[in-house]
Amino acid sequence: MSFAWAKQYEPKNDFTKWIDEKLPLPRLVYNAVGAGYPVPRNLNYMWNFGVLAGFCLMIQIITGVILAMHYAANTEVAFATTEHIMRNVNSGWLMRYAHANGASFFFIVIYLHIFRGLYYSSYKAPREMIWLLGVVIFLLMMATAFMGYVLPWGQMSFWGAKVITGLFGAIPLVGESLQTWLLGGFAPDNAALNRFFSLHFLLPFVIAGVVILHIWALHIPGSSNPTGIEVKKESDTVPFHPYYTAKDGFGLGIFLLAFTFMVFFLPNMLGHPDNYIEANPLSTPALIVPEWYFLPFYAILRAFTDDLTIPFTGIVLIQAKLLGVIAMFGSILVWFILPWLDKSPVRSGHYRPMFKKFFWFGLIPCMALLTYCGGAPAEQPYVLLSQIATAYYFLHFLVILPIVSQIEVPKPLPYSITESVLGSDDAAPGNSASSGAKGAGEAGSLQPAE
Amino acid sequence: MADANEANEGVRRRDFIHVAALSTAGVGAAASALPLVTQMAPSADVLAESTTDVDVSAIEAGQSIKTIFRKQPLFVKRLTPEEIAEANEVDVADLRDQESLTDRLGEGNEDILVTMGVCTHLGCVPLGAAEGENKGEYGGYFCPCHGSHYDSAGRIRKGPAPTNLVVPDFAFTSESVIRVG
Amino acid sequence: MSIRLGAIIAGLGIVGILFFWSLLPGAINYAPPEKPDYYAFKEKPIAPEGGFSFEGPFGKWDNAQLQRGYQVYKEVCAACHGLKFVAFRNLSELGYSEAEVQAEAANWTVPGIDPNTGETTTRPGKPTDQFPSPFANDVAAAAANNNAIPPDLSLMTKARKDGTNYVYSLLAGYGEADPEIAATVPEFETPAGLYFNKYFSNVNIAMAPPIVIDGQVTYADGTEATVNQMSADVAAFLTWTAEPTLVKRKQTGWPVLGFLLFATILAYLSKKQIWAGLKPKKK
Repeated sequence: MSFAWAKQYEPKNDFTKWIDEKLPLPRLVYNAVGAGYPVPRNLNYMWNFGVLAGFCLMIQIITGVILAMHYAANTEVAFATTEHIMRNVNSGWLMRYAHANGASFFFIVIYLHIFRGLYYSSYKAPREMIWLLGVVIFLLMMATAFMGYVLPWGQMSFWGAKVITGLFGAIPLVGESLQTWLLGGFAPDNAALNRFFSLHFLLPFVIAGVVILHIWALHIPGSSNPTGIEVKKESDTVPFHPYYTAKDGFGLGIFLLAFTFMVFFLPNMLGHPDNYIEANPLSTPALIVPEWYFLPFYAILRAFTDDLTIPFTGIVLIQAKLLGVIAMFGSILVWFILPWLDKSPVRSGHYRPMFKKFFWFGLIPCMALLTYCGGAPAEQPYVLLSQIATAYYFLHFLVILPIVSQIEVPKPLPYSITESVLGSDDAAPGNSASSGAKGAGEAGSLQPAE
Repeated sequence: MADANEANEGVRRRDFIHVAALSTAGVGAAASALPLVTQMAPSADVLAESTTDVDVSAIEAGQSIKTIFRKQPLFVKRLTPEEIAEANEVDVADLRDQESLTDRLGEGNEDILVTMGVCTHLGCVPLGAAEGENKGEYGGYFCPCHGSHYDSAGRIRKGPAPTNLVVPDFAFTSESVIRVG
Repeated sequence: MSIRLGAIIAGLGIVGILFFWSLLPGAINYAPPEKPDYYAFKEKPIAPEGGFSFEGPFGKWDNAQLQRGYQVYKEVCAACHGLKFVAFRNLSELGYSEAEVQAEAANWTVPGIDPNTGETTTRPGKPTDQFPSPFANDVAAAAANNNAIPPDLSLMTKARKDGTNYVYSLLAGYGEADPEIAATVPEFETPAGLYFNKYFSNVNIAMAPPIVIDGQVTYADGTEATVNQMSADVAAFLTWTAEPTLVKRKQTGWPVLGFLLFATILAYLSKKQIWAGLKPKKK
């Protein structure tokens, strides 16, 4: 981090001096999440979710390693060892419920983190790399969560594995062999369960590695903030510690209250009853639904109901199955080019009237509708609704965002972060007038977002 | 003056709230570490007491059988009169772990010696239960791992083992059947 | 510019394909799904009068009811349904003494091995044994039950939506097919070998009504054994088998929440204190 006024780490005694010379880990922590990291002073509570996501990853790794001590990845006993954990292992029920609900809360936190980034355009230069690494983390999380859901070997585990690996079967020419290769067989069985367990254990540590890159990339330009204007001077920032450690501590308390409430009082609310039935390859549940956090993408997958044909000839160009798979993966892949689709010089949605309307009245209801349809049976009217929502989803990112950023007239920005917090800034040109300038509506007062 | 006092008071109160918050967090972290540690202790199914029934009628004098009690080997041996005499000859006061043969057999039990097949040194299974195995210098059991010799009553006589082979709780449920555990 | 133009073209392309090849044909041939009309007579589970003692955030087991439920399971359900994740030793949680558990376990016959010949045989149960399955395997179960395999009941109340009430409603909810169905769906007829039950997923269940008359079970504690009472008792018992830690979980939850609330308030005060010096100084 490069702000000139950042505090420097000073070892206090001979021992810390010696450590600092040999392995400057305390210095690294000090500069990363200590007093040595100056952070914009105006971050709101939406900026808590990064730290919370890290905490969730920790909960998952700790409870997960413990569950792995008692679980056996073999189709004969996987379901029984899961029940063994619930019934016989000391606090086993707590570990399992914490892990299962921990996954859900991890996704709640991550979605809030992502949508904060979308609203405040945190993905824009100079922070593109942070965003790209974040999307990578999200993809790894999805893979990890999917494989973890297979492990209890209940009905939803089995049929989820079958359906999701079936997606790869849609790929032309190699699809079927790819699916067989992924499963190590023609249907989910021991080979699949064992490799899913192995990878489910591995991936969280890969995620932890990418998280370190994500934080590293964050510390180069420093944190974004709700106004979207860059830090200009020392009065725009406060040191991370104690200001944001205290705020994150409070946020963590709120998070833990919600999390433990679910774990102790409604532990199965976000799960599916069918997963308490042991996997049965001969009987499909009436309604296969993924875990709630996959529902929007599942709805996009199912929105494509008909093959792409050349009209009146019946020649199939792309099968519906493949279209759905492309759209589902595409819906996340568009996030990779997001930083280059939105060219508005203003970051924060606060100062972008048109963008703001599309965000709150377009994207958010669209995601809600997709989530709802993803959990509904594949029949009318849900198919129609998910098709409309899918169409909006792609229009929003690929069409609306580039056009809006071109034609929108943003509201005037405050001169500085200090001004946005204190109402005035002594350093602003003509400072006495600056608070009144808010209503002036001159695009000329925009700060270029370098 | 008054201002300075107030400021001091303020500082102390301010510190108090931070100290309280941090120590509460510490207590919470410690408390949540507890289940993370206790989960490694034996689970309820492992702790559940289980019994093993052994039919001793088919064991002839001098023979022993190896069976399993709570996942560990169990030796059940019918002693010969010579072995009984030999075991009774020993002066209990000279033993490392002072037990007489009757202590080990229990009331109303003439000749059935029930011991765990687990050397008390480091847990290997001693030899001597099966026909033709090395019974050690004292004609009982011999642990090949580190050379512990047990006598015909399963008492440690030579070698590194600190105590006699453990005798589990058992009782005769009929003339010919014992229930261990 | 080119990446944005490309994106707009790609976006319109995707939406165009979706619109013309999937959405439009779907909308033109719009047809809500047709379910058999008698599905309309399927009902959501209901709760017995007075509900269950273990419900709600402060709920506790009613051991007397669990014991009655166990009796119903033993005398009625166990003929066809297993309880494979429950061990006899677990019965001590229902308030039985150690000796009672041992005696109870010995009443059951579990598979064993003859110690002399090694052949499979049976022996009386021990507290450490799991409840035995009534059938040797799924094939035997299907053969004995008109091709419908009676499911294991250990987890039944967790494996159905609103499971406790579902088990209660299903058991107490047998009856003749509603005459209204015959009026609205003349061709409706419960297939031979199946039984009408408005709480079952497709209203026709393969299980013959297991609890048919009042007094089918004679309760040791003198409770009147009505059909509703027996159904509620066994539903309570199966809730316990599905999650023996249910009450413990809730009881652990309260102190945890209380502690966290306290810690969060302290964290808030601490945070407020730290940020106080930065408060906007309004001029």
